[in-house]
Amino acid sequence: MDYFLELLLGGLTRGSIYALIALGYTMVYGIIELINFAHGEIYMIGAFTALIVASVLTMNGMTGISVLILASVVAVLYSAAYGFTVEKIAYKPLRQAPRLSPLISAIGMSIFLQNYVLLAQTSDYLPFPNLIPVLPFMEPYSQLMGSTELVIVLTTTVVTVILTLFIKFTKIGKAMRATAQDRSMAMLTGVNVNRVISNTFIIGSALAAIGGVLIASHVGRINFYIGFIAGIKAFTAAVLGGIGSIPGAVLGGLVLGWTESFATGYVSSDYEDVFAFCLLVLILIFRPAGLLGRSTAQKV
Amino acid sequence: MKYSTFRTALLTFSGAALLMAVLSGSLFAADTIKLGVAGAHSGDLASYGLPTVKAAELVVKEINAKGGILGRQVELLVDDDVCKPEVATNTATKLVSQKVDVVIGHICSGATKAALGIYKDAKVIAISPSATNPDLTQSGQYPNFYRTIASDDTQALLEVNFAIDKLKVKKIAVLHDKGDYGKGLAEYAKKFIEESKKATVVLFEGITPGAVDYSAVVQKIKRSGAEAVIFGGYHPEASSIVSQMRKKDMKIHFISDDGVKDDTFIKVAQKYAEGVYATGPKDTSKNPLAIAAIEAHKKAYGADPGAFFLNGYAAAQAILAAIQKAGSTDYAAVGKALQTEFVETPLGKIKFDKRGDAIGVGFSMYQVRKGVYVEVK
Repeated sequence: MDYFLELLLGGLTRGSIYALIALGYTMVYGIIELINFAHGEIYMIGAFTALIVASVLTMNGMTGISVLILASVVAVLYSAAYGFTVEKIAYKPLRQAPRLSPLISAIGMSIFLQNYVLLAQTSDYLPFPNLIPVLPFMEPYSQLMGSTELVIVLTTTVVTVILTLFIKFTKIGKAMRATAQDRSMAMLTGVNVNRVISNTFIIGSALAAIGGVLIASHVGRINFYIGFIAGIKAFTAAVLGGIGSIPGAVLGGLVLGWTESFATGYVSSDYEDVFAFCLLVLILIFRPAGLLGRSTAQKV
Repeated sequence: MKYSTFRTALLTFSGAALLMAVLSGSLFAADTIKLGVAGAHSGDLASYGLPTVKAAELVVKEINAKGGILGRQVELLVDDDVCKPEVATNTATKLVSQKVDVVIGHICSGATKAALGIYKDAKVIAISPSATNPDLTQSGQYPNFYRTIASDDTQALLEVNFAIDKLKVKKIAVLHDKGDYGKGLAEYAKKFIEESKKATVVLFEGITPGAVDYSAVVQKIKRSGAEAVIFGGYHPEASSIVSQMRKKDMKIHFISDDGVKDDTFIKVAQKYAEGVYATGPKDTSKNPLAIAAIEAHKKAYGADPGAFFLNGYAAAQAILAAIQKAGSTDYAAVGKALQTEFVETPLGKIKFDKRGDAIGVGFSMYQVRKGVYVEVK
């Protein structure tokens, strides 16, 4: 039973990590039906920014929670700026182009950002300090779940709730939903579609940066390539849950995390990915739109 | 008309040139010892092959300056195999047709394997500074093959013996990263543990490189009751696994390979790296011959030597010393000398066993103590 519980909690952490990145994929897809392959790279840039800021602050004698907060804030701002710029440079000029063009542009952006960080920083792995302080009340349970893992799970939960409420009740959220439903109609009713899309990228990138700080704290090392690997898994999670749906991304992440964790625990980690992708195939056979995705009629 | 005259002239000229080349070749053959150097000298793996060429040049220059071997000068025949088996057979055929006495090479295991059959038929000894594939010596197919580097399985054997004899563990978990290098090593480790009958493999698993989280596999190690983990792979995964093990208060031994014996591992895993064991090439930095060889390289080429330089240097020294001791370039006599006479090289005092592996060359066990790798005696 203990073993089961441990695997369950391990899967929960892993699933929350996937979910945190998957949220960005799903938001962008929901609005402009684009798979933003550069999202993983924004996450990586967030982690790098946090590392640089945290190193500078620690060198100047700052410690504890203030480092985490300051590093996160800078990483969020910096990544959001990157997300905004990427959209302006690589996707906006292609708004009227066939759907494949922005997709190719996204892949190009992903490769560009990876190599940019490779050249500007380093190809080596860098140690990432654990910015999340040890919570004393978690100590008795550290065998099962550490403070970092708890913070990751809680953050994913809070972010999902806030995001859902934001989209449901705020004015920007309403504009987002309108744009997602029918872009030209939204434009006719006076919604500034370009600004809505920019906002979506900014929010998605900010989430990626939060994910970058937390996940890098958990893993303990970063390099220019982490965005690609995490991005692939998060993208799988988003598709699994139904791309375009926010609760779907979280559910997809968790299902993927648990599948991997239990497959490793009870079968073999050799087949971890095999199980994860078999599950994806099965779900897509029976629910082509994903677990919580709504199958919409193709616009003709 | 004019054209054909030109062609005749050209043919005559090239015929004469060819004849001269053949003549001069046969003239030299009488009084030089021909040492072939084959390996990757161009292409993306050139950095593995070129240092050996330089090592051979340095050794030969020194020996020729002293009057050569058996009163004969040593001549180098350098040929490129681009690390490709299909090219290596051509390289080998060419060297054999040029009547080489011995060959230093090849560099890559695959290319070496392809070339060895040709050398074997021509009764030419080949000595490689870098081909680590265990089969080359263990299959017994190539009695003409020697090497100055330890084979891949020696690391696994060292790890297993260390775990069983020094750490006295009975239950071992063997993990790998599913790559050629890591998985090969892990499979050898598993085989050696099973053959020893003094310990059991309680877990044998491949992990996914680059994953965000290894908690499930760490839990599995815990549940298996393993007293030690042997990991085949590189440092990024090793640091993640060790960190997660230590965070879950698992204090069992962690033993790995030269993919982990890298300072980046300590830098990344930080306090969790403490106490981790890893095998790595024997420390030669205090060997005076190694220091002298590196100095000679710096003087001649103005740079630090590259990969396998010392192995190449040792190979050239060993094979030339064997010819000296054998008193001829006869295949059987040189082979016997390689197996019986110790030679002082930058890698230490070496000779070769019957299969062709160097005795005295190999790996040592290191442990992270206070943030640095220290050799475990």
